[in-house]
Amino acid sequence: MTITKRFWISLVFSLPMLAEMILKPFGWMMPGGEWTMFALTTVVMVVAAGPFLKSAWASFKKHHSNMDTLVAIGTMTAYVYSIYAMATHQPVFFESAAFVTTFVLLGQVFEERMRNNASNAVEKLVNLQAKDAEVVRDGKVVKVPVSEIVVGDVIKVRPGEKIAVDGQIVEGSSTIDESMITGESMPVTKKAGDSVVGATVNGTGTFTFKASKVGGDTMLSQIVELVKKAQNSHAPIQGLTDKVSEIFVPLVLMIAILTFLVWYVFIGASVASSLIFAVSVVVIACPCALGLATPTALMVGTGRSARMGILIKNGEVLEAVNDVSTVIFDKTGTITVGKPQVTDIVGDSDQVLAVAASLEQSSEHPLATAILKKAKAAKVTFGDAKDFEAIEGKGVSATIAGKQSFVGNDKLLDDVTVSSEMKAKMAALQAEAKTVVFVGQGDQIIGLIAIQDAPKPTSKAAISALKAKGLKTVMLTGDNQAVAQAIADQVGIDQVVADVLPADKADQIKQFQQSGKVAFVGDGINDAPALSTADVGIAMGSGTDIAIESGGIVLVKNDLRDVSKALELSKKTFNRIKLNLFWAFVYNVLGIPVAAGVFYFIGLTLSPELAGLAMALSSLSVVTSSVLLNRTKITASAEIA
Amino acid sequence: MKIIVLIIGLAIIAFIGWWFFGKHQVAAESAEVTDDRQVVDVEVNGGYSPEVVVLKKGVPATLNFTRKDSSSCLDRVVFSDFGINKALPQNEKQAIEIDTSHPGEFQWACGMDMFHGKLVIK
Repeated sequence: MTITKRFWISLVFSLPMLAEMILKPFGWMMPGGEWTMFALTTVVMVVAAGPFLKSAWASFKKHHSNMDTLVAIGTMTAYVYSIYAMATHQPVFFESAAFVTTFVLLGQVFEERMRNNASNAVEKLVNLQAKDAEVVRDGKVVKVPVSEIVVGDVIKVRPGEKIAVDGQIVEGSSTIDESMITGESMPVTKKAGDSVVGATVNGTGTFTFKASKVGGDTMLSQIVELVKKAQNSHAPIQGLTDKVSEIFVPLVLMIAILTFLVWYVFIGASVASSLIFAVSVVVIACPCALGLATPTALMVGTGRSARMGILIKNGEVLEAVNDVSTVIFDKTGTITVGKPQVTDIVGDSDQVLAVAASLEQSSEHPLATAILKKAKAAKVTFGDAKDFEAIEGKGVSATIAGKQSFVGNDKLLDDVTVSSEMKAKMAALQAEAKTVVFVGQGDQIIGLIAIQDAPKPTSKAAISALKAKGLKTVMLTGDNQAVAQAIADQVGIDQVVADVLPADKADQIKQFQQSGKVAFVGDGINDAPALSTADVGIAMGSGTDIAIESGGIVLVKNDLRDVSKALELSKKTFNRIKLNLFWAFVYNVLGIPVAAGVFYFIGLTLSPELAGLAMALSSLSVVTSSVLLNRTKITASAEIA
Repeated sequence: MKIIVLIIGLAIIAFIGWWFFGKHQVAAESAEVTDDRQVVDVEVNGGYSPEVVVLKKGVPATLNFTRKDSSSCLDRVVFSDFGINKALPQNEKQAIEIDTSHPGEFQWACGMDMFHGKLVIK
């Protein structure tokens, strides 16, 4: 029988007794009197409270105790005593046993609903999965369930359809809504060669793509796996409740017996009232509230962050975030784009770009790539170059449209003339830690191209959001001091540690750890040791698998601004855990003495019914408080900036 | 009369202390390997029996949980190290696959972290 059914039965059979309790002062007595009450309560005890008793007995045999032990002992004591009292013509309290059962079951009905609410984040994620897909097999398009797709299948996606698995677009292009994976609401434009992610939704275009990851390897499956692990992980703070819950129930039983003994033997109260105090103690104690405090908050917190594209791996990370005082960033690929870009062009920009692009078109040097990209973006047409000639360690020269042209670094300056105006500009650009490329024709320099691995557009906002929280920001890089400092100044980083060898990154983190807890944000393979050394490792989702594996938090969106959000969400979740635990403890610590009648002499007592209601409410309120984490505000500071 | 009640009461307190806090044998079970699989049935009734399950490393393992208890305390089983959180409908056998590639001791618990069991992989 379900809890809900048991609750309804219990309620229906308790109602007549409630009516009597209310109407008694007006002279209404229940027909049949004590015998009716006995009959009603017996039904409640057998049908609704029976399972408590069975479960309590089963755990008792294994030297265990739980919530049900307390409920069973409390209600049975009230019931059995009332039968004895009825036989010996003393006042009975059958209604206590029935009401306590009803209230406890009511609490459990709500609690079950809330707990399902708290844990459905994973289900929601799993439900994002497409059910079937149109696969090209033997030249024909056939609809197959997602589970039958294999790597290498070519899949057709129509407008508005869900993409089934991860892969690369073979033909066609479209805009794709990836918000379910990244939390980013803007649709992304994708064309042939671009990767698509399963469970994202196609916009208006039609395309075919080749499946590269299926089943448990897809991004969605991996996110689901991570979230599952996080939601069920153990936060270190739980160690305390683990210890308490082991001794809690037996301790409460001992206190209840002591309560009875003190009232009956030493104070001289009647058996009935001494028993009521003892029953109240047993019923009000609620180890469930303690046990639920951490897991429910953890579940809601990690589930919510996953929906925002922030994967928090476990409860330990949450706890560590709380004391983080320094956030250290890797430079390349984290603060900066990771690819050099043309930032400035001095001279006639179209002409300069055209010449440089012609000369560099067959080179694979990163600087050449940056120039070609810029030329294409600026839609500059550039012709073929002939008679290529490398100028050793200085650059390259060739003939373009009959003119001798060259491109190279500052060592070329010995051979050609350069205007003083150009020289000044060059110095200014170099001071900003940009790499300057000289472009010339004949023996004249016609322009300069400045190239730099520029900061991501969001980096500055991300850093200022962290600083607003009072955190110290540090940049760690293998680059030289001048380049690093220039980037740091652009984004507002507090401190720069330059010339760090990849192998020394972890050691640097350790140094910072001496003055407080450290979070490290990185993306590369070389960041993995630092990510695992730091108290909190935050990996960019675009990073390598190893980096993601080493990090405690993964930012799926690759947006550096999420660092601040991730820290805030972790903090909020952890604070909620602490709040839950605090109330659960306070509730028990205050409730038990009140129920035991310690405050009897100032007129404060609790009947078993009220104690049962209090217990039901306490575990319900803990779960509710956790579910409310879904509603807390994550400061807009990061969004505004 | 009151003296007798007092003595009985104190005796019950002592019994509770001994029964719940004393050292008691816990049921442990090692898995038998058949056809390169190991299967252990765990009954959930007022706790887990066996409470300690010993598995061989590297052999795919299945734990079959059957909840006989109606208590909502025990309606889920959580293996926090494996990211498993499974609902246990009453009187239904629920198979849980365990990845035995790493040796060690792993706790499992009920949804409220009140009942515990231990998995030993070696």
